[in-house]
Amino acid sequence: MAKQTKKKKSIGWEYAPAPESLAQANIAKRYDHFIDGKWSKPSGGEYFRTTNPASGKKISEVALGSNADVDKAVKAARAAYNGAWGKMGGRERGKYIYRIARLIQERAREFAIIESLDGGKPIRESRDVDVPLAANHFFYNAGWADKLEYAFPNRQVAPLGVAGQVIPWNFPLLMAAWKIAPALATGNTVVLKPAETTPLTSLKLAEIIEDSGLPKGVVNIVTGAGETGAAVVNHEDVDKVAFTGSTAVGKLIQRSLANTDKRITLELGGKAANIILEDAAIDQAVEGIVNGIYFNQGHVCCAGSRLFVQESVYDEVMWKLKRRMETMIVGDPLDKNTDIGAINSREQLRTIKRYLKAGQKDGAEMYQPACDLPSNGNWCAPTVFTNVSQSSRIVQEEIFGPVLAVQTFRTVPEVIEKANNTPYGLSAGVWCDKGSRLFQITGSLDAGVVWGNTFNQFDPASPFGGFKESGYGREGGLHGLAAYLDM
Amino acid sequence: MTKSRQSARSFQSDYANSPPVDQVGVAERAARFTARSIKTECKRAGLDMVLNMIDLTTLEGADTPAKVRQLCSKSEHLHDSILGLPTTAAVCVYAPFVKVARKALGDSSPVKIASVATYFPSGHTTLEQKLEETKRAVGDGADEIDMVISRGRFLSGDYNYVFDEIASVKEACGPARLKVILETGELATLDNVRRASDIAIHAGGDFIKTSTGKISSAATIPVTLVMLLAIRDHFFKTGKMVGMKPAGGISKSKLALHYLVMVKETLGPEWLSNEWFRFGASSLANDVLMQVAKLESGRYQAAQYFSKD
Repeated sequence: MAKQTKKKKSIGWEYAPAPESLAQANIAKRYDHFIDGKWSKPSGGEYFRTTNPASGKKISEVALGSNADVDKAVKAARAAYNGAWGKMGGRERGKYIYRIARLIQERAREFAIIESLDGGKPIRESRDVDVPLAANHFFYNAGWADKLEYAFPNRQVAPLGVAGQVIPWNFPLLMAAWKIAPALATGNTVVLKPAETTPLTSLKLAEIIEDSGLPKGVVNIVTGAGETGAAVVNHEDVDKVAFTGSTAVGKLIQRSLANTDKRITLELGGKAANIILEDAAIDQAVEGIVNGIYFNQGHVCCAGSRLFVQESVYDEVMWKLKRRMETMIVGDPLDKNTDIGAINSREQLRTIKRYLKAGQKDGAEMYQPACDLPSNGNWCAPTVFTNVSQSSRIVQEEIFGPVLAVQTFRTVPEVIEKANNTPYGLSAGVWCDKGSRLFQITGSLDAGVVWGNTFNQFDPASPFGGFKESGYGREGGLHGLAAYLDM
Repeated sequence: MTKSRQSARSFQSDYANSPPVDQVGVAERAARFTARSIKTECKRAGLDMVLNMIDLTTLEGADTPAKVRQLCSKSEHLHDSILGLPTTAAVCVYAPFVKVARKALGDSSPVKIASVATYFPSGHTTLEQKLEETKRAVGDGADEIDMVISRGRFLSGDYNYVFDEIASVKEACGPARLKVILETGELATLDNVRRASDIAIHAGGDFIKTSTGKISSAATIPVTLVMLLAIRDHFFKTGKMVGMKPAGGISKSKLALHYLVMVKETLGPEWLSNEWFRFGASSLANDVLMQVAKLESGRYQAAQYFSKD
């Protein structure tokens, strides 16, 4: 960078703290399971803590689900399916789903606060992305409830029955919405198990479901860890399994369901390529890189974690990226100015740190902007690795943290080969000013979602899902409805 | 015309290779600036900065010497019942009023005198007349000249003409600093805004400025962002700082603070002074003063307590 000729005296103008008030966050000391329209104590009498990853402090405790609890929930779901819900017409079902959507909107602020408190994501994201998008998924699917015959013309459609759904900790409320909304629109009933570290917004959603007057047993929420999830997936009276989470667990589920007739959709890991061509609008591409990898601390299965930059613009992209990273604010998730919040759990932080070490050991250069990390809680500064090789673990494996691996390329065939050289195939991004070339490249990438000149855009009407080890089945749009229907 | 277009195409300076701009991406980035929450001491410091960056402007056909004198007085005495307020950066007037303003402000005022020149706002006249007007304004005591570019020539692709014209006006400015008004509302695309910015910077503009304020589409955050990025790229290549002046349409404190957020995060805090950033505005000052009074007293005061000049 050219040396600045004269250093003017000027104030730094640091932003003052702007914390969101906790006054609206109504959190009980203890939560039971939500089964058959009632709050139901765990059969084993055990509870586990859920903590604030920004401070390590306990927020609340939730019921630990046993096989008996799951069995009770599945029975309630079956009874509802055979009862009122199963007999209800689509228009009536739609009314309930609309009602849930509106109630989420009414209590949006409370949901956003609790989401950030329990999961560590910046309040700006939970407020502007997670919660509105969750409401939109209910709105979108509500609209289809009485129009399924138009959605799938000339097909006889019928619900599958009881859906067992297991969701991850990176978008707790949003994933619950992705799962529950299409299941209800198509006439199924649900047993949902939220992630162990982020159960609270699912339980708040249960409160809304209670308020909406949805018939009892249609949606049941059982909390717990991996064993509880396994009980949901393996329960013999579950007709459909929908799982979002790690590829390792996805493989386990697939193995255990191999000899059953359960329908299954898996939305697993990713290691997306984000490709910058030399004619791209570089400043906006840099913004796309940042949104691609640092959104939600990089806890995003479709995060653009592998950056490919065409050789001729590499220097420009890197100085612009580093400068942009210097403006990012890491800290209190509840501060409205925070760009990067807390890492979701201590365990995940350990995983990320392991990869930071592995990257350096492989000879890659690590860059992190100077930023003050809080002393308590789980934190990781935004990180970029340059000088990485395709064989390095930080390029091959999903880190699920704010860690970007940068490679360069010279020709388009070269970058397509590198981008596809991964076991994953969930998403990808291409930045290019020339439309014809953009479409040529996007068409050659083996990924379920490919963004052109943007990244991490989601819409309820757009299907989402992966290839290869990123899973199968689609969520969102008509594809998402089809996954809950027998045709 | 045909000849000049050919010359534009064959011209190989930096500004002929202006990078593409993605409008959707710019809008997204712009939205992030407005999501910043500016509170307490940061807000107060920001409001003081805004006041100190204002080019207090009157550019009406009905302007009178008395109105210009009032404006000069306001620029130095924004609201004397609040102690410690800064002055505005400058007053901005039509060229015939520069003498009046100089007499009102004297020679030692911190407030600069900016004069629009080059047949503002349309710019439709000969180069000779533009240079003549510029020289007269500087001779009458203007510290800064706000010129308009020839948008017709720019849109016809005659970039060399636009470049040469700016360079000539810059020469005519002598010691005065030159602000180049792109009139972005007439440039149609952000790609054009970027190219016009590059031309103005390379031709020697000390500031680039969005608008005349005379057409309905004036300064916006996305347009200003594109111009700031041109300034940043130039600084990175040459180490030379160029100033920025959004003008027109910024009348509320909150919006002005979001502009400061954008400047800080795009160019860095070095640009957060009136040497490098200005607001061209007539009604912004009073809105900022109301906010300052609110922070000082805890209560909002009615508009009638602030002088309208």
